[in-house]
Amino acid sequence: MSVPASVDATLELLHSRNYIADRSLATAVFLALKLGRPLFLEGEAGTGKTEIAKVLASGLGRRLIRLQCYEGLDVASAVYEWNYARQMIEIRLAEAGGDAASIGRDVFDERFLIKRPLLQALEPSADGPPVLLIDELDRTDEPFEAYLLEILSDFQVTIPEIGVIKAAAPPVVVITSNRTREIHDALKRRCFYYWVDYPSAARELEILRVKAPGAGLALSEEVVGFVQQLRKMELFKLPGIAETIDWAEALMQLDALALTPEAIHDTLGVILKYQDDIQRLQGSEAARLLTQVKAELGARAHVA
Amino acid sequence: MPAPMSPDPEGGGKLLANLMYFARALRAAGLPTGPGTLLTAVEAVRAVGLRNRDDFYWTLHAVFVHRRDQRDLFDQAFHIFWRNPRILERVLAMILPQTPAEGRAEPQPIQRRLAEALGPSRAERAEPAPDRLELDASLTFSAREMLQKADFEQMSVDELTQAKAAIAKLRLPLHLVRTRRFTPDPAGPRIDMRRSLRASQRNGAGTIWLKRRRASTRPPPLVVLCDISGSMSRYSRVFLHFMHAVTNDRDRVHTFLFGTRLTNVTRYLRHKDVDVALDRVTEAVEDWSGGTRIGECLESFNRLWSRRVLGQGALVLFISDGLDRAGGEGLGPVMARLHRSCRRLIWLNPLLRWQGFEPKSLGMKAILPHVDEFRPVHNLDSLSDLAAALERPERRRLEAAAPWRASA
Repeated sequence: MSVPASVDATLELLHSRNYIADRSLATAVFLALKLGRPLFLEGEAGTGKTEIAKVLASGLGRRLIRLQCYEGLDVASAVYEWNYARQMIEIRLAEAGGDAASIGRDVFDERFLIKRPLLQALEPSADGPPVLLIDELDRTDEPFEAYLLEILSDFQVTIPEIGVIKAAAPPVVVITSNRTREIHDALKRRCFYYWVDYPSAARELEILRVKAPGAGLALSEEVVGFVQQLRKMELFKLPGIAETIDWAEALMQLDALALTPEAIHDTLGVILKYQDDIQRLQGSEAARLLTQVKAELGARAHVA
Repeated sequence: MPAPMSPDPEGGGKLLANLMYFARALRAAGLPTGPGTLLTAVEAVRAVGLRNRDDFYWTLHAVFVHRRDQRDLFDQAFHIFWRNPRILERVLAMILPQTPAEGRAEPQPIQRRLAEALGPSRAERAEPAPDRLELDASLTFSAREMLQKADFEQMSVDELTQAKAAIAKLRLPLHLVRTRRFTPDPAGPRIDMRRSLRASQRNGAGTIWLKRRRASTRPPPLVVLCDISGSMSRYSRVFLHFMHAVTNDRDRVHTFLFGTRLTNVTRYLRHKDVDVALDRVTEAVEDWSGGTRIGECLESFNRLWSRRVLGQGALVLFISDGLDRAGGEGLGPVMARLHRSCRRLIWLNPLLRWQGFEPKSLGMKAILPHVDEFRPVHNLDSLSDLAAALERPERRRLEAAAPWRASA
């Protein structure tokens, strides 16, 4: 499938794959697709950054290539590595066959090249250029970031033994970061930047309807209202959309039709992942929030 | 740009020129925008089209904004500029120090907001400091927080030179941490296949000489949390010199000062000149020599900063006398969290200089169970001692402070 022709078409594409996005995000995605530049997504954990790459890959019918970053990620595991065992055998075979002259030519042949995600993403593919997801870039160190510059600006890789490998058509690149450290401006400058925020209540409700359709409207509204209240508190880790969806599903499994203090108490671990936060919420605090949420929902129903 | 004024089907020359002025306005306001960014913006606007103001906004947003904290600035500039470019120009002219203020006729609220958003540094410099301090006094929560600037001048010349000389020489010999990268090393424990094969190509003798490598090491990130409350004021001046030396000695150092509130001073301390750096710190910090609220400050550190600065196995230097206004309330769990999220937590306490000192205060008792090491830091000697101690092989976590826990 070809890239969408307008912001509306992009929005539709995301919607068709059950990704409810703000128009602002669709604009950034559209620009990245249209102008062939990387999309740089920053935001808290669990706000759907990684999901965008997956949705784009399936929506465009492209292959998804994922590079999970970690500290110390190097060229050998991100770009390419030579298959030394095969090279050695090749040398041995050539020696046995008395064809020593060809060794030098053949050992650094593409046959012995092990392609890692970044190199794979530059290869031509039948369904069109793949979607390259560089996940959690903030986990790597600066040297790797610097290395990415060449790939992301020219979509080419230099392998000393072979030469420059350049992508015929640039892949769709999505970079995500949790901002555990600041990524250098030189890299960001080459990308379209978007800060993925927590969604508004209405948007979150819409997401929940699509992602957890089994939960009734009443339960969904209460779950969203409760989570939105939690995000106003000073917690160590605020629950993301992923947690909201998980929670709605967990409550469904427990056959809860509405939120009760007991149900919250039993499932708090699904939305809060730090013991300090859970302790703060357990007991009366959760009950207080719940009454507040129910009162707000009741008031809104009254007005409507 | 080769021909910025050339008419094009979608917006005409006016839009291009306006985009250029907008980019210049953003640059003047502190958003880094080069010609490359401007070209991208033009390209992006062409791609999206001009059917809808929101799309236009987010298109420019995707191009010009590179960090989360730039969003507000962009937002204000956008709304003012694309309503009436003249207003922005005039407001900017007012903020820029060299041009005379001529746009007095503009409505006051916009000026204020934009002045704050577009030129915080300029506004700060231009405004007399006392005003700002008074403003803060009304917001403080501790009665004992005396909003006064620490006076570095009071350090005698003799003292200062002595300290500077000693501290400039000081290096923190932190234990290096092994990374997952490798460096060539003839005596290394691992074989470097890649280099071996490359080298065999070169010598052509048919033998493959093995090249070796070893895991490279680098110092761990360092986070300094320094108490600047009243009880510490005699030391904080010297410690600032110390922190400046450490910050400029290596990368990945983050420095925070706390008294009644937490201030990140890393950026100021990066300045090479120690006097300039300390001047900036004095300007930025507003709770010199006030009370201490260790628990609350560390709590906000945990919440706002720990995931950003402790990410890669950081070593934490916690400099405080442990005398807490709040009597150590809520300090235990906060300290425990801090201890769990770093590689090593070292508590430097000037009170340890007294012989027979026993950590009896409530604050100290709350902190002590969660530190890996507990050492004195009250004069230049103890700073050198600290360096020496860091050089010795590391003991197991919590072990080095165990005797103190027994006495507490």
